[in-house]
Amino acid sequence: MSDIATNNATVLAEQQTNDGKTLFGFWAYIMTDCLLFASLFATYAVLHGNTAGGESGRDLFSLPYILVETFALLTSSFTCGLAMLAANRHAKRQTALWLGITFALGLVFLVMELTEFGRLAREGNGWQRSGFLSSYFTLVGTHGLHITIGLVWMAALASRVWLKGFTRATLRRLSMFSLFWHFLDIVWIFIFTIVYMLGAA
Amino acid sequence: MLGLFAGFLGRLTLDQLPHNPVTAGAAASMVLIVIAGIIAMTYFKKWRWLWDEWLTTTNHKRIGVMYIIVALVMLLRGLADALMMRAQQATAASPSHGLMSPEMFQQVFSAHGTIMIFFVGMGLMFGIINLVLPQGLGARDVAFPFLNATSFWLFTAGMLLINMSLVIGEFSAAGWLAYPPLSELKYSPGVGVDYWIWSLQIAGIGSLLSGINFMTTILKMRAPGMSMMKIPMFAWNVFGSMVLVAFAFPILTVTLTLLYLDRAFGMHFFTAGGGGNAMMYVNLIWAWGHPEVYILVLPAFGVFSEIVPTFSRKRLFGYTSMVYATWGIVFLSFIVWLHHFFTMGAGADVNAFFGIMTMAIAIPTGVKIFNWLFTMYQGQIRFTSPMVWFLGFVFLFTIGGVTGVLMAVPAIDYQVHNSLFLVAHFHNMIISGVVFGFFAGLTYWFPKIFGFRLNERIGKYAAYCWIGGFALAFFPLYILGLMGATRRLDHYDASLGWQPLFIVAGIGAMIIALGVGLQILQLIVSIFQRNNNRDLTGDPWNARTLEWATSSPPPEYNFATIPLVTERDAFWVAKQKGTKTIPSHDYHPIQVAKNTSSGIFIGVASFIAAFGFVWHIWWLVLLALAGALATIFYQTLREDEAGERTIPAAEIAATEAAFRKQKEAA
Amino acid sequence: MEEVSSNVVHATLPRKQASLSGYINGFILSIIFTVWAYVATTHHTWTHNKLIAALLVLASAQFLVQVFFFLHIGHETKPRWKLLLLVMMVIFVLILVLGSIWIMNNLNYRMTPDQMNTYMLKQDGGI
Repeated sequence: MSDIATNNATVLAEQQTNDGKTLFGFWAYIMTDCLLFASLFATYAVLHGNTAGGESGRDLFSLPYILVETFALLTSSFTCGLAMLAANRHAKRQTALWLGITFALGLVFLVMELTEFGRLAREGNGWQRSGFLSSYFTLVGTHGLHITIGLVWMAALASRVWLKGFTRATLRRLSMFSLFWHFLDIVWIFIFTIVYMLGAA
Repeated sequence: MLGLFAGFLGRLTLDQLPHNPVTAGAAASMVLIVIAGIIAMTYFKKWRWLWDEWLTTTNHKRIGVMYIIVALVMLLRGLADALMMRAQQATAASPSHGLMSPEMFQQVFSAHGTIMIFFVGMGLMFGIINLVLPQGLGARDVAFPFLNATSFWLFTAGMLLINMSLVIGEFSAAGWLAYPPLSELKYSPGVGVDYWIWSLQIAGIGSLLSGINFMTTILKMRAPGMSMMKIPMFAWNVFGSMVLVAFAFPILTVTLTLLYLDRAFGMHFFTAGGGGNAMMYVNLIWAWGHPEVYILVLPAFGVFSEIVPTFSRKRLFGYTSMVYATWGIVFLSFIVWLHHFFTMGAGADVNAFFGIMTMAIAIPTGVKIFNWLFTMYQGQIRFTSPMVWFLGFVFLFTIGGVTGVLMAVPAIDYQVHNSLFLVAHFHNMIISGVVFGFFAGLTYWFPKIFGFRLNERIGKYAAYCWIGGFALAFFPLYILGLMGATRRLDHYDASLGWQPLFIVAGIGAMIIALGVGLQILQLIVSIFQRNNNRDLTGDPWNARTLEWATSSPPPEYNFATIPLVTERDAFWVAKQKGTKTIPSHDYHPIQVAKNTSSGIFIGVASFIAAFGFVWHIWWLVLLALAGALATIFYQTLREDEAGERTIPAAEIAATEAAFRKQKEAA
Repeated sequence: MEEVSSNVVHATLPRKQASLSGYINGFILSIIFTVWAYVATTHHTWTHNKLIAALLVLASAQFLVQVFFFLHIGHETKPRWKLLLLVMMVIFVLILVLGSIWIMNNLNYRMTPDQMNTYMLKQDGGI
């Protein structure tokens, strides 16, 4: 191989190694975030019965409302996948479109969640009411905080794709973002089940 | 006077400056030292150098040195706290009340524990991992150099915050783990517990990021041919420790947050009323806390696994069983945590399960000890100062470990829980394990990092002081514990007859202090004698692993060419065969991560945000968090452009040629 | 060539692994599991204990579906570090959550006065 070809092959190999390294590191971070949520779930599991004479989940949660939220988030996870497929094809418009839909659905989820929080707080069932409500708001709220960060990140990435196209760094970051967004829906599976379904059971 | 700004500055007011003379004196000396440092830097015009070479560095070797400097400074503070506690207990046989008030004593023991675990233990450990790990793997740096720098600055921000509590406000008086209800707002209304929460929170995030960083480094950045079963045993131990960091630290993050939410926002996680459950705090904090002690000790085991073979001139006995033992420890350390609260009232079945698991974890640990001893057996032992540390460790750590197995029996633990027996046990493990391991590693790798050897004789004397001093300081505590002495006592009845033992313990502490003094002397003398003790070959100990193949100190890029590895102890094998570990031709330009100020800015922003959280200055929190976010965003933009700088092949060739000439002349 | 590390990843993005059909399958299966769980809960199809078990099984199933179809775990080439880390995470999460529930439940009925009475009466073969 000529010197230039050798050099290019080296650079490509190094870049691929770098990408593999970064994506693995981000995966490791996601695993740690799972432990974060696990601690919050453990706390919720222990405290969910401590209503301090107040109402429990069965009385407070509206299951149809939660189902709509869940479908919004689940669909956004799906459309995020579609955005990634488009990005792999370097299809700028499609990527932006699917990211936009993902963002909209994520925003719907967040607004619905905040609305529910607001309603609970106004009724006197805020996070100060009992151990149950403290753990509920913190678990679900932490998920909501992650969603918020995801929305901000998504907006920043989408604009970078639109303005600068598909650089290697942007593709890598899109991969990381989609990992993050899918992970948030996976956590929601458990919130949906343990907080809302089991709460109503 | 600040009434106009009352809301503006949260609960911060002028009368939060220290009142009592001891605290005020300590705070003032700290501030004066910092000011003196600033004046010296300005006078010698070293700011540019400090900024370019150290504060903005992303190089793992420099970051490692900085970690160690911060940790050693905090060791002095922690030791001062320890001496104060010994002095208090040696003189406080009633009717005397010793030298300090109970309130002061409570803050001293809380600060002592917090500083030693989080800032000395974690700092020394991350320091030594930074210094040694990449080179041992044949790598040029860690996986994420910028993240590495950020981790260091988060650690330092946490350190600054805990020192800030000395200057303005107060520190926690709730022990190093701040159990509720004592740590809740009702019983600790001041800022002390909040300082504790936030300095740990920031340092904890730094640790978590390092965990991810080092895990990725070990898995993804090994030299070609270096399969996992060929990596240095130090790297295996670090890998195990970092897995524990990754999975345990999030629990700490959550628990600290929940406590803060209770205190600042009136939530009811651990409060005595409103549906809180204080026992859940104990459960969660120890679910983190137990893995934490293994996080600290596993790298120390790794250090010994490097030192013993070198100074026995024999390869490590039972490499495979060591790997299994390490993973046994990692897994088991996650299922023993209840042994820290046997007496909280769980039933026999729960206590028995955790008791048995606790005993089980002694088995892989025993495997390690035996393997080190078998390594020494029929080896050619060299009695250097790292070996002195090791021998002190083997003897003392085994004793401490046995007392641990004793306490693993819940019925026995009911007798000695929270007594001085327990205090003696965990100091036994941490000092002879983590601290001795670190000192051994520092002495061993010092020539590699700084290019000259430490004075061996003074080093050995220091080790003897630490070993003898430890025994004198803590064996009486075992006896006192069995006699019924509770921990954290600021005074006791003279008729108990405990005072002589406390006095012996005080003498032991002073001998340890003498040891520390000798270590400082060792450093000074060694610096003065450095020209006579230069390490010209890069391999002063005739060692076995890859880091010794480079010059001392190594070039910025570590390896001019990444070595191709075919077996364990690759460097040793190459030396025996007479081949070169690092080929000396075909140099290509090398990319290294550029310096960046983002790390230190994120550290500063975190410090400010934490300060705001402590004093409830919410606008400051938002501003600082926004600043941190902006810095991260800016850094990612920068990385797109040119996050790396290239070292030209010619420069590499020249550096390597110079090293070869130096080696031949030696 | 010495620089090429043995850990070179040949696909930086999940090119080979990701496909439209994968995402669609994952989406549909997730919807099925979600709706099933919802209907089971609101229509009281099962008894309490069976419902809890069923919900947890459905959640785990959806978890596996999304991990496989959306996160592409299981598709990676050897060495399967991501999978190893995932398995470790699951193990430690289960230890933490189930362990905490076991411990705290045990403590609660022993350490809380009114619950202690209930427990002790049960021990005497009473209630």
